[in-house]
Order: sequence, then C-alpha cells, then structure tokens
Amino acid sequence: MSQNKACRVAFSEALLEEAKKDKDIIVVTTDARGSASVDNFARELPEQFVEVGIAEQNAVGVAAGLSICGFKPFVCGPACFLSARSFEQVKVDVAYSKTNVKIIGVSGGVSYGPLGGTHHALHDIAAFRAVPNMTVILPSDANLAKAIARTLVNHRGPVYVRMGRNPVPVVYSEEPHFEIGKANVLLEGDDIAIIACGEVVKNAFDAALLLKEKGIYAKVVDMHTLKPIDEELIIEIAKKYKVIFTVEEHNINGGLGDAVAGFLAKYSPKEVIKIALPDEDMITGSQFEIYDYYGLSAEKIANRVLSELERR
Amino acid sequence: MEQMTLSELKKKSIEIRKQVLKMIYTAKSGHTGGSLSSVDILVTLFYRIMNLERGEESDKFVLSKGHSVEGYYAILADIGYLSKDELERYCQFGSILIGHPTNKVKGIDINTGALGHGLSVGAGMALAGKRKGRNYRVFVLMGDGELAEGSVWEAAMFAANYKLDNLVAIIDRNRLQISGNTEEVMKLEPLRQKWEAFGWKVFEVDGHNYEELIEILTKIPVEKDKPHLIIANTIKGKGVSFIENKAQWHHKVPSDEEFTKAIEELDLQLQEVERLESK
Repeated sequence: MSQNKACRVAFSEALLEEAKKDKDIIVVTTDARGSASVDNFARELPEQFVEVGIAEQNAVGVAAGLSICGFKPFVCGPACFLSARSFEQVKVDVAYSKTNVKIIGVSGGVSYGPLGGTHHALHDIAAFRAVPNMTVILPSDANLAKAIARTLVNHRGPVYVRMGRNPVPVVYSEEPHFEIGKANVLLEGDDIAIIACGEVVKNAFDAALLLKEKGIYAKVVDMHTLKPIDEELIIEIAKKYKVIFTVEEHNINGGLGDAVAGFLAKYSPKEVIKIALPDEDMITGSQFEIYDYYGLSAEKIANRVLSELERR
Repeated sequence: MEQMTLSELKKKSIEIRKQVLKMIYTAKSGHTGGSLSSVDILVTLFYRIMNLERGEESDKFVLSKGHSVEGYYAILADIGYLSKDELERYCQFGSILIGHPTNKVKGIDINTGALGHGLSVGAGMALAGKRKGRNYRVFVLMGDGELAEGSVWEAAMFAANYKLDNLVAIIDRNRLQISGNTEEVMKLEPLRQKWEAFGWKVFEVDGHNYEELIEILTKIPVEKDKPHLIIANTIKGKGVSFIENKAQWHHKVPSDEEFTKAIEELDLQLQEVERLESK
C-alpha cells in the first residue's frame, strides 16, 4: 500500500478480517459507524456489532459488561467524545476493572479541523497516560494501524488507540512489525534525535530529509506506544544526543514531549524541545493547515530544529 | 445448596446487618444507612434467587450502588468466596477490601462506586448472554439517588431497545440520599411511569419483605422481550431504630456506645425470630 489512506479505514479492515476468524470480537459504536469506518463490519457481521446510539458513557459500560462475559469489545467512535464524555467509564469500568476493552478513538487530534474545539482531541494522551492499567497507542499510518488491530485482538486488557480521520501518506511500505511498547526507528542519524507519534510522524520523517540536505543528520523514531513508553530506547537516545526533539499532534501539556522529558528527568536531565500544539483554542482550519500554522508541518519542524541548533 | 426458609433468611439478614456494623465500626469508615437498607435484597438474591455455581451459565450481579459494599462483602465471605480474615481487614492499610466493590474478590465482576455505571455494565452482560445463547439472568442493584445520573437512562433506553428480558434492575428506594430526601434533592417521581415509558416492565415491592421479593424475583421475566425493574421500597438504616430514616447516617460511623446498642437491638431481633421458629 503506497497511496494515502486513513488509519481508521485500515484499522477497521484488519479488524473485520480478524473478526471473521474470531467470533468473540465485537464492535460497539455510538452512531459512528461511518466515522469509525465500521459500516462494512456492521453489514457483514451483525451478530458481532452493537449500535448504542449517541451515548458514549453507555457504550463503554456495555463493552465492559460484554467483556466480562467473554467478548473482546472494540468501542469505536470519535476520539473527542470517547476520551472526554465517557472518560469516567473508561477509567472505572475498563482501566480500574482491567476489563478486556479496546477504546478506538477515531478522528482524533485536529482531524476535524474547522469543526473546532468540541471535535478536537488534544488532551487524550495526557488524560489516559495518567490512568493506571491503560495502554495508549497512536498509529502513524494505515499500515501500522492494521498491524495494531491484528495485535490488539489477541492482547488482553485496556487499550486506547487514537487515530486520525483523513487519508495520510504512508510511513511504512507494508504492515510493519509492531510490538506494544517497542518504538520503531525509521531513520538513523548522528546529530539530533526526533521522537514523534501519530500522524505527524511522517512530517518528522520528511523534516529529517530536509535537514539532511542542510548537512544535519537526524534519527527519527515512531513512538507509537505512549504508554508503556519505550524507556530503553529513550535512555539509549539520551546517552547519544545532546538535544532531543519531540513532535506530536497534542496539547503541549502532558503528551509525548512531557512523557519523554519527564522520564529523562529521572535519569539524565537532557534538553527536550517539545514541538506540539499550544495550550489554547485552535485556529480554524483543516488538519494540515493547523499543523502548518502551529509548526507541525515538515518545513516548520525542520526550521524549528535549525533555529534551536543555531541558538546553541 | 438447600433452599433457605423464610425464617432462616431473616436470621441471615440479622447476622449480615451485625457484620456490616462491625465492619464499619472497626474500619471507622463506611456507608451505614444504604448498606442496611439493601441487606434484605442482597440476602434474597444470594441465598435464594441466584445460581452462582453453573460456570458460564451462572447468574450475574452488579452492585451499582457500590457504596453499600459492606453487606456485599459480608455475604461473599459467608458463602466462602472471601476469607473471614480478609473481611476483618476491611478498609485497613494494604487490604484488598477497599470501601467499594473490587473485582479482586471472587464473585465481583466489575469495580463500582462511581454512580450510574452499573446498569450499562449489567446490560452489556445481559446482551452477551443473548448473543452467546446463555441462560443466565443479570441483577443490578441501584440506589435511588443514583438515578439522577444521566448514564442510567442511556442504559435504560439501551436495555429496552435490545429486549434484554434477562436483565433485572432493582432500585433500593429508601428515599434518602446524602443531602436529604430524594424528592427534595432531585425529584424522581413519578418513578414507575418513567421506567415504563422507557420500555421496562415495572414492579413495586416492600424491599424488606422476603415473601414479596422471592415471589417476584422467581417469576421474572414475566413479559418476554422487556427488561424488568423492581422498585424495592426500603428504609434507610433498616434494622437499627436510631439509624433508620436518618440522612445523616449515610456514612456516619457508630460510636462505641451506638455500636453496642445497635448490636443489642439486632440480637433481640434474632431472639425474636428464634422464638417464633420454636413455636
């Protein structure tokens, strides 16, 4: 697969394939079968599909109940609602109770662009990182999204996955190796390290290519699992590089940057430069316009790296 | 297990009430009023109605009003799902027995305590039973103050939509919540009509009357394709005269003197049941 493809579409394709082989896989959705790309799933496997209507709290509670009685529920709906409206149900019925429920948040980050703050999910990494027993995963492209879906059907326990809405360019030319908590190194380089997550990984990678033209060689990491974060790799990076950049589609507070910086503060204080979205209401624009405006496009990331390096 | 007689159930409920008070008194923490009001419902379910030993076909129970945990733990210890030693350590440092139900204990499937969650979880269990063709019933015990949570009504709508006639919700209708009378805090009436309008088959019973509780709980489902609700009218603090019907006993802990007096009252009730038995 080399064309642009939405992670949510790829994820649900893989989930449907797996569900045909495993009758315990069940999708619960909140009038979001279109948004979450589970239309086909609903049509092909109606006995493994539950429509809850626009009721996120109930959806998560019902999923917990289904899991107690042997099902493997995937609650699929917009990340903005599943990570906020039903936060307590995720915290209590899923994470605290350690039920085997997967929360699949689609159209996360600023995917909904001009629909505004009600529809953005820029707090979710911070929120779920602070909940014991939760695993937090962000695919960077459609191929990784598929690999994640295939892993999660056989992984027992609470997981939150955040994906975007729009077709995104590929990072991986085929379904990559995926292991929860083990980051993928996309590019080696000796000068700086860029750790990224989610759909801006591609931008970080492209920024590294731009930097290469200027003679700066960056290591690029796809930190797809935010929790448990790949501490081993972060330590390895911290030993080698003076400056570490983090790139994420999330509020500047509590996301990947804070996860990396917070972890490193315990070991070897390093300078971590966080590139993320500011703690303010977003400007109106498409996902990609918003990226660019706040410095998350490839060019802006490259420029930021250059100016930070110049400052030194 | 041989079925308990009415008189045995009554004696059991008095023993459980004593245990509830002992736990709260020892831990210096707990929810006295609501625990006492729900004891007879719990005793009926656990000793007479539910079958918990059928593997995947076992009946399910969710204590949505998780703060009434003491009676639940006391019963699970009595039926051998939890050690009596652990019960003594309720709410003590390092104990698995926190002040709300924990699924670290056998017989508890879900952690509860945040109100308005249990009915959704129970509905999910009931739907799983339907989809997997299993023949169990799911019982969810809710408080009445809890019904102000919007999520309860999401679940109510869902259960009717999916025709979950294997789901039985029970409301411990003691009419008191932490700040006072439920009708003054947030009006619930007409409660029966609300649930009926949501598509439920509704019954109203005296929540301390074993004959009534057993009769209705045995015959449910009486209407196919409908979830069933029992409004169990109860007295908050039931069983101890000076605790009954007083909102301030929601989570008040008895003093030394109050504890002694309460146990004396319950012992007298026990003697009375035994006296009637021997007649």
